[in-house]
Amino acid sequence: MLENYLPVLMFIIVGLVFGALPLIAGFVLGPRRPHPEKQAPYECGFEAFEDSRMKFDVRYYLVALLFILFDLEIAFLFPWAVVLEDIGLFGIAAMGLFVGLLVIGLLYEWQKGALEWE
Amino acid sequence: MIETLLWHSAKIWAVLIPLFVAVAYYTYVERRVIGHMQDRRGPNRVGYRGLLQPIADALKLLFKEITIPSQANRVLFLIAPTMAIMPALAAWAVVPFGEGLAVADINAGVLYILAMTSLGIYGLLLAGWASNSKYALFGTMRASAQIVSYEIALGFALVGVLMAAGTMNLGGIVEAQAGPFWEWFWLPLLPLFIVYWISGVAETNRAPFDIAEGESEIVAGFHVEYSGMAFAIFFLAEYANMLLISLLAAIFFFGGWYSPFEGIPVLGPAFDWVPGTVWVLLKAAFFAFCYLWFRATFPRYRYDQLMRLGWKVLIPVTVVWLVVLTGLIYAGIGPWF
Repeated sequence: MLENYLPVLMFIIVGLVFGALPLIAGFVLGPRRPHPEKQAPYECGFEAFEDSRMKFDVRYYLVALLFILFDLEIAFLFPWAVVLEDIGLFGIAAMGLFVGLLVIGLLYEWQKGALEWE
Repeated sequence: MIETLLWHSAKIWAVLIPLFVAVAYYTYVERRVIGHMQDRRGPNRVGYRGLLQPIADALKLLFKEITIPSQANRVLFLIAPTMAIMPALAAWAVVPFGEGLAVADINAGVLYILAMTSLGIYGLLLAGWASNSKYALFGTMRASAQIVSYEIALGFALVGVLMAAGTMNLGGIVEAQAGPFWEWFWLPLLPLFIVYWISGVAETNRAPFDIAEGESEIVAGFHVEYSGMAFAIFFLAEYANMLLISLLAAIFFFGGWYSPFEGIPVLGPAFDWVPGTVWVLLKAAFFAFCYLWFRATFPRYRYDQLMRLGWKVLIPVTVVWLVVLTGLIYAGIGPWF
């Protein structure tokens, strides 16, 4: 069974090589003329104001938190969906309870305005 | 042992080389098609009808300087493109191009695809953060929030496919759709197909959901500080992902390598000579064309509209449809299960 995954591993390694090779080729073949103006952070021609790592909207964190919950749910649903016809009513009821709780959570977020973006 | 390794590498090359050619000419087709849609000609100077344009572009990028901004985290800045391209290529390991024609025929195929498309976000996050530039940071925050939101809708849509097919193996999913075009999953799972396709376009940050790199607002988003080959790698990853989403649409919802006329009395045998691989690629090419068509047709979404569509429309639609589907499967209703 596990040897089926060998080509996957090889493909991942080839993918890494294909990320590194063009970079190296670019560094070897391209010119290298550093200049302070050229290496300044891009800001439409201005001198860069303050540090770029500034505060950003807390809603991005909310999206990330919600994503973790729902992505876990999907990871649980995948194997469940495959054996749906074998597990019968008990399996459906168990997943129904689980998804139901998450849907209530989503509705609560919705009500609280966590999904509002303006 | 050596023979198996060589055999696997041969298969990997057999996928990667056509993929690179396809990506290169997809950029050419994009410019030509959108050019004609906008009553222009598009690139037509390099070679016959501009056919050498992608090669000229690649050579130009190869000989350009790769600038590293002085305030950037150099190591992360250089790792980011590799982190973006690795999953975009590695996901192709499980894609079947015909009956049994996959590099790796694994049982957890769909799970692997979902894992790889999720990994792609690391390259993007690293690029935006390591650049230490305001435009790059904004682009990264927007793109990450967008990708994770639409990933959920995409995942739910795939759960429906798994319920209908009863397997996570991509070849098995195609075999579950054996028959003429009205027996493929797009018809019984029509809402899920629409959600899949919209999320697929949003996942790859393409128009009309390309706010992450909306050039009129934040220049280029997360890769604003990248030049030369470092930029080319992000570009390659984006187009490889677009082709992947197109091909997966053909596999999950449009019967993969089956002819649309399979089993129809006269038409079916008339098309028997066409190999299955041609059907897969034709279907994928149609969806790849839709990407370009959308870009030339739809105006860009606003960010709040985008998040509303993802969280308040697509996710509820898929959850409701999954509940309906569970009921239908349990009751044994419907001609397709």
